[in-house]
Amino acid sequence: MTMSTTEEMRSYVTLNEYDVDHVHSTDFPGSYHGYDDSWDFNRFRRNFWIEVTKLDDMEMEFDMVGIDAALANAFRRILLAEVPTMAADKIFIHNNTSIIQSEVLAHRLGLVPIKVDPRMFEFRQEGDEEGTDMDTVEFELKVKCTKNPNVTADLPDPYEIYKNAKVTTKQLKWIPRGNQAALHHNNPIRPVDGDILIAKLRPGQAIDLRMHCVKGLGKDHAKFSPVATASYRLLPKITLKQPVVGEQAERLARCFTPGVIGLKEDEDGNKVAYVDNARKDASSREVFRHEDLKDAVDMKKVRDHFIFSVESTGALPPNVLMCEAVKILKEKCRTFLVELDNLTKK
Amino acid sequence: MEEIKKQKLAEPIKCVEDKWKLLPAFLKVRGLVRQHIDSFNYFINVEIKKIMKANEKVTSDADPNFYLKYLNIYVGSPDVEEGFNITKPISPHECRLRDMTYSSPITVDIEYTRGTQRVIRKNLPIGRMPIMLRSSNCILTGKSPAELAKLNECPLDPGGYFVVKGSEKVILIQEQLSKNRMIVEMDRKGMVSCNVTSSTHERKSRTVVIMKKGRHYLKHNSLTEDVPIVIVLKALGIESDQEVVQMIGTEDSIMSQFAPNLEECHRLQIFTQMQALNYIGSKIRQRQRWGNQNKTKADEARDLLTMTVLTHVPVVNFNFRPKCIYLALMVRRVIEAQGDSFKVDDRDYYGNKRLELAGQLISLLFEDLFKKFNSELKKIADQIIPKPSRAALFDVVKHMRQDKITNGLVTAISTGNWSLKRFKMERAGVTQVLSRLSYISALGMMTRISSQFEKTRKVSGPRSLQPSQWGMLCPSDTPEGEACGLVKNLALMTHITTDLDEQPIIKLAFNLGVEDVSLLSGEELSSSEVYTVFLNGNILGVVRDYQKLILNFRLLRRAGYINEFVSICSNHSHRCVYIASDGGRVCRPYIIVKRGRPMVTQRHINELTQEIRSFEDFLREGLVEYLDVNEENDCLIALYEYLITSETTHLEIEPFTILGVCAGLIPYPHHNQSPRNTYQCAMGKQAIGTIAYNQRNRIDTLMYLLTYPQAPLVKSKTIDLIHFDKVPAGQNAMVAVMSYSGYDIEDALILNKASVDRGFGRCHVYRNQKCVLKKYANQSFDRIMGPLLEAETRQPIWRHQVLDQDGICAPGERVKDKQVLLNKSMPVVTMSPIQTGNSSEQQQQEYRSVPISYKGPEDSYIENVMISSNPEEAFLIKVLLRQTRRPEIGDKFSSRHGQKGVCGLIVQQEDMPFNDLGICPDIIMNPHGFPSRMTVGKLMELLAGKAGLLEGKFHYGTAFGGDKVEDICQDLMRHGFNYLGKDYFTSGITGEPLSAYIYFGPVYYQKLKHMVLDKMHARAKGPRAVLTRQPTEGRSRDGGLRLGEMERDCLIGYGASMLLLERLMISSDQFEVDVCGECGLLGYSGWCHYCKSSCNVSSLRIPYACKLLFQELQSMNIVPRLKLKKYSE
Repeated sequence: MTMSTTEEMRSYVTLNEYDVDHVHSTDFPGSYHGYDDSWDFNRFRRNFWIEVTKLDDMEMEFDMVGIDAALANAFRRILLAEVPTMAADKIFIHNNTSIIQSEVLAHRLGLVPIKVDPRMFEFRQEGDEEGTDMDTVEFELKVKCTKNPNVTADLPDPYEIYKNAKVTTKQLKWIPRGNQAALHHNNPIRPVDGDILIAKLRPGQAIDLRMHCVKGLGKDHAKFSPVATASYRLLPKITLKQPVVGEQAERLARCFTPGVIGLKEDEDGNKVAYVDNARKDASSREVFRHEDLKDAVDMKKVRDHFIFSVESTGALPPNVLMCEAVKILKEKCRTFLVELDNLTKK
Repeated sequence: MEEIKKQKLAEPIKCVEDKWKLLPAFLKVRGLVRQHIDSFNYFINVEIKKIMKANEKVTSDADPNFYLKYLNIYVGSPDVEEGFNITKPISPHECRLRDMTYSSPITVDIEYTRGTQRVIRKNLPIGRMPIMLRSSNCILTGKSPAELAKLNECPLDPGGYFVVKGSEKVILIQEQLSKNRMIVEMDRKGMVSCNVTSSTHERKSRTVVIMKKGRHYLKHNSLTEDVPIVIVLKALGIESDQEVVQMIGTEDSIMSQFAPNLEECHRLQIFTQMQALNYIGSKIRQRQRWGNQNKTKADEARDLLTMTVLTHVPVVNFNFRPKCIYLALMVRRVIEAQGDSFKVDDRDYYGNKRLELAGQLISLLFEDLFKKFNSELKKIADQIIPKPSRAALFDVVKHMRQDKITNGLVTAISTGNWSLKRFKMERAGVTQVLSRLSYISALGMMTRISSQFEKTRKVSGPRSLQPSQWGMLCPSDTPEGEACGLVKNLALMTHITTDLDEQPIIKLAFNLGVEDVSLLSGEELSSSEVYTVFLNGNILGVVRDYQKLILNFRLLRRAGYINEFVSICSNHSHRCVYIASDGGRVCRPYIIVKRGRPMVTQRHINELTQEIRSFEDFLREGLVEYLDVNEENDCLIALYEYLITSETTHLEIEPFTILGVCAGLIPYPHHNQSPRNTYQCAMGKQAIGTIAYNQRNRIDTLMYLLTYPQAPLVKSKTIDLIHFDKVPAGQNAMVAVMSYSGYDIEDALILNKASVDRGFGRCHVYRNQKCVLKKYANQSFDRIMGPLLEAETRQPIWRHQVLDQDGICAPGERVKDKQVLLNKSMPVVTMSPIQTGNSSEQQQQEYRSVPISYKGPEDSYIENVMISSNPEEAFLIKVLLRQTRRPEIGDKFSSRHGQKGVCGLIVQQEDMPFNDLGICPDIIMNPHGFPSRMTVGKLMELLAGKAGLLEGKFHYGTAFGGDKVEDICQDLMRHGFNYLGKDYFTSGITGEPLSAYIYFGPVYYQKLKHMVLDKMHARAKGPRAVLTRQPTEGRSRDGGLRLGEMERDCLIGYGASMLLLERLMISSDQFEVDVCGECGLLGYSGWCHYCKSSCNVSSLRIPYACKLLFQELQSMNIVPRLKLKKYSE
C-alpha cells in the first residue's frame, strides 16, 4: 500500500458508482504503520477550525473541520434531542365547539414554536399540575367566530363574510405570571410565527382554552426540539484524473451541480474542464452514467470537514443553540468523568 | 392531386390526445353505481306498473259482482309520518341518525264495488317502498353540492344503497346463468345435454334434453321419468315421423343419430297426439291439488306442456308450433354436440351470464308481496261478504293494511333474506351493510358482484378469469380464499342493461328480412342457407343474408332508431343471429372505427373539453357505441390507434378502464406481480382515511378516521375520476429502503418518532352507544336519572362523574372504563297493568337501574350526544365516543402494492439516517420485501413521487400508461439527485456515512384498521365458564390463552409432566372430589352415598371437566368407577 492511498483512505470517503468506500474513521492509534494517531491536544488545536458561512436568526451554516465524526454527530444529536425549549404541554380546554377535535387542537398547539428563551426557565417538577412562574408560560386563546356585519353581499370567500374564520397563532395571548411581565419586558413572549393556522371556525363556534408551556427535551417529544433540523454533510472533493476537453467537458459540467465544474479555453480554443467549486456538489454521481467520463473523475468527501447546517425553529438563534449544545456535551463529559472517578475510588 | 391523396391515405392514424376525457363524460351518465340506480329507477317507474297491470284484478268467490281493480300505481318521494297524518319530507341523513327507513309511500288508484256502487279512489297508500339514494325519487337527485351540504350529505357519495332502520344496506349485484337460453353441456361421462332455464313472471322451470343410450329424452322437474323426445313432439302435435325428422334436420349425420328415437316411439306404440299426451300424463309427478280434480291425464299433460315446459316460449291458443321448433332445435344441438366437442357451450363464458341488480330483486319481492296482499284482500272479501249481519256495506279499502308490504320489503332488505314462495327461491345474504371503513370500501362494495355458485365446491372453472370478462370485470379485484373468483368487481366503464321492449325490435327484424318461424316448415329451418334469428332466447325466424341483417341493424342502432343497449351478433357454429334486449347484460362503450379510421377525432374531444358536447352526443352521432360480451365476439377491437387494420371495427377508449375502482388506485399496476394488485385491492378497503365530507355528522357503530390524510403524490386517472384525492386514505411517507436494527425483519417497518410526534399515522376511532327509552304496555316507561351524589362531598360518585344533571354524559368529557354514560333505569314491572285507585297513585313504580357504561382499556372522549325519537315515538339517545391514537409498535401499515407490514420499532429522529439535505426518513423498509414480491410499481412510485416533489407536481402512474421512468429520472438528475433515486446517507448513530447508497423517496402509505390496541390481550386470572369451570375463551370475555393439543404434545414429548399437570389441571379447572375406594363412585364431604359409609372415602384432585364427564355418563346409565391405590403400593 502506497503512502498516498493510505493517506487518502484516512482522510477521504470515496464515492464509487455503486457503493461508498472508507466510510469509517480509522485515525486512532495502531491503525496504520508509520502514523502517530495518539491524541494530542495541540495537534487538535492546530487542525481544528470553524468558519461560519451563513448566519441569521433562523439558519446557520458553518464549517467544522478537524474533528471526528462521532463528535460532530454528537453535536447534531444534542441539537435535535437535548437542547431544551418551551412548548405547550398542558392545554386546558374550557370550550371547544369547533370542528377540530380537542386532542388534535392540543396536538397542533403543542407543535407551535414559542419565542421564549428556555434558559430563563426551569424544568417543571413531576406531578406539578399548576406550575410556577419559574417553569410555566401561560397563553390564552379565546376566539369566537361571528358574521361580519359590514359585509352584506354573498362573497364567495368565507374569510370575508365571517370574523375569526381562521384561528392563527397570532390570536394566542400571553398571560404573564408573577414577575414574568417585567422579566420579559423587552422581549414579550409570543409564538415565533403569527400565521400558523390552528383551526377554522364558522359562526357560532368558539374556542376558549389556556395552555401551559413548559420546558422539555426533543427526545421526549419532537415539539421540544429547538431545530427544524440540524445536520451536516461532508465537503465534497472532486478531482479530475485526466484532462477533459470539448464536448466531453461540457457534458461533464452538466453532470454536476452548476458551478462545480468550470470551463476554460486553452490555447487551441478548446474548452477544458476544471474543478471550480466542489463544495456545491450534491453528490448525484451522474458522471458514473457516462462510460467515457466515469474514469476521468474521482469523487471523494473530506472525512473531517463537516458543513453543518442548523435550522432553528425560532425560539433561540441557531448560533446560541450551537453553544448550548456544546455546553450540554461538556456537562455530559463532566458527569462522565465524575462517574469514572467514583468508580476508581471504589 | 392524386399524389397528395395517396399520401394522406398512407399516413399513420394520429392518436387522439386525451381520449380519456370521454371517461368522466361517461361516468357522468353511466357507470360505477349508476347501474344500481338505473335498475331501481326502472323498477319504480316502469316495472312496478307492469306488475300492477299483471295483477290488476281482485275478485271474490263469494260475490261475483265484487271486484277491485288497480288503475295506477305510484311511488312517491320519501317522507316520514310524524303522527296525526302529518307527513314531512325526510333526508337520508336524518334516517341514518334516527334509525329510520328512508322510504316513500306506494299509492294506488283503484276502482272497486261497494255493495252495488262502483267507487273510484285515488292515491290510496298500500305500503312503503325503501328508496335507493340518488334514484329518481330520492330527494338528493339533481341537488347542487351546496344543497347537499345543507342536507348533511356528501357530494362525493355515490348513492345506490338503501337506508333501512338506520343502517346503510347495499343489494349486491348477483351473477346468474342467463335465463331462457339453450346451453349445451357435456358431463364427465361425455353425456351431452341441452339445458334451458325458462323464466317468466309467473313461473320458472328447467327443461333438459338429454341423451341416454343413443336416444334423446326430455327431462323436467314435474315429470317422474324422462320422456322420449319423439313422444313429446307428438304430444305437441307433430304426429308424422317425417315431419319430426324434417324439424330436427335431414342431414344424414343427424338423421342416423336420431333414428333410434323414432324406433323407440314405435316400440312404445305411440302414434297419435292423444296417445302421446296420455303417456306423458301418466308420468306427471302427482301434486296435491285443490279444486279441478276431474281433469284427465291428457289435459294435465297438455297443461304441463303449455305452462311449465319451456314456459318462456309463448303458446297462444294451444298453438304448439313455436315450442316444437324450439324443442327440435334443442335436440339438434345435442346431436351436433355429440360428435363435436367444440359445439358444447361454456357455462363460464360471460355472455351466458346475467347480472341481477337491486331493481330486479326488489321487483321480484314486490310482486310476491303484492300478490300476497291481493290474495289476502280476496280472503277477507270471501270471509266477510257472505256474513249476513253487517251494519255497513263491505268496503275493501278499510281492509287494505299497509304494513304487510312495508314490513316485507324492510325485513328483506335489512336481513338480506330473499324468500319467494312463488319461485321457491330462498336466498340469504343478498344485502350487506355498506362498509364505511373508507370511501374506497364503500365504492368498492357498490361494484361488487356475488356469484350464486356455492363457495365450498372446489372447481376452478367458475373461479378463473374468463377471457370474455375482458374490460367488463376487474381482473385484480377479488378476495383471497374461499370466495376467490366468485366475488368479482365491475370494471370502470361497465354498464349493466335494463329490460327493453321487444315489440319494436320484432317488427324491425321482420322488416329487415327475417322470415317468421310460424310461416316456415321444418325443412326450411334447418336449411344450410339460412341463419336462425333469436330474440332474447326465443326463435324469431330465419334470415338468408345474415350479414346484411346485422349490418343494417347496427346502422339503425348507431343512428339512434333502436336503443343503444340492444345487441346483435352472429354465432357461426350455431348458425344463428342473436338479438338481445334483456336486462342484466354487461356492456361497455367503444369508439367506432370505420374504414380503418376511428370516428372520434381531436375536434370531438376538444368540443368535449369545452363542454359543448356530452357523452350522449357521441352516442347519438354514432361515434361511440355500447358492445355487450356477445357482440364483442363479432368485432375486432384495437387497443391502440397504431394497431388499427382495415378489418378493425372498434377502438378501445382507454386501456386502464379494464381495472376496477380498487385496482385503479395502484400506481403502475402493470409493473407489479399480479397477486400483489389483488392483495392491495383487499387492503385498500381496510385503509383508514376519510369516509365522506359528512363524516363528522355521522354516528356509526365503528368509524376510523385519519387525522391528517393526504392526497397521494403519485396519482392515476382513476383516482381523479373517483375523486380519491378529495377523500384520501393514507399519507405520503418518506421511505428509505434499507435495513435497520433487526426490528425490521418479516416486513416490519421502522417509524421515525419525530414523524409520529408531528402527526404521522395518527387516527381517530369513533364508536357509539345507543339507548332507547321504551314505553311499556302498562304505561310505565324507562327513565334517565341524574348522577348519584356522595354523601359527604355532595359531588357525583366516581362512576357518575361524566354525567350532566340530566343523567346523560356531557360532550367533551373524558370517560374511563366502567364509568356510566347514560344513567338509565327501567321499571321492574312492565307487563301487568298498574293497579288503578287511590292507593296505587301513591305507590311509587319500582325501578331497576340499568346504566349504560363505557368499557375499554383506553379512555375515550365524548364527541357528541344525540337525543331524538325513533319511528316508534320512543326516545333515542346516541352517544358518540372518540379515541385518538398515535401509531405504536404492532400497528399495521401498507403501501399501495400489497406490501403490508407492522411497525417493528419507533426510532428517535437523531438515530435515523439522514441525507446531505438533512432529511430523515419517516419509514424505513427492509429491502428484502422486494425480490420475492416483485412489486416494481412501488419502486416506480417512489421515483415518480420524488421527482414530483422536486417539480412541484403530481405524477401519474396510470395503468398501461403513466409517466415514463426515464423522464422522471431525468427530472431527478436535473435537480441534483441521483438518476437511480439512490441517495448518499449518513448514519445517525455513528455519524459516519453509510457504505451503500439508499433508495429514498416518498411512497403513499395506508394505515390499516388492525391496531394492537384492539387486539392486545393477556390474563393471569379471570372469569371461568360456568359448566366446565375452565377459563373462558376469547379476548372479548377476557379469556385465557389456550395450551392446545400441539403444545401439549410438545410437553409430553419433552417429559415435562409437572408442567403439564400445572397447565392442564391446576391452572385450569382443578377440583377436589371425594371418591369411595370401595365402590369407586364419587362421594360428597367424606361420605359415600352408595356404600353409606365414610371408611374408604379419600379425597383427590381431578379436573372439573373429568368430574362432569363421570356424572354425565352416570346420567346415561354408564357407571364409571375409579380404582384407588395407595401411592406407596
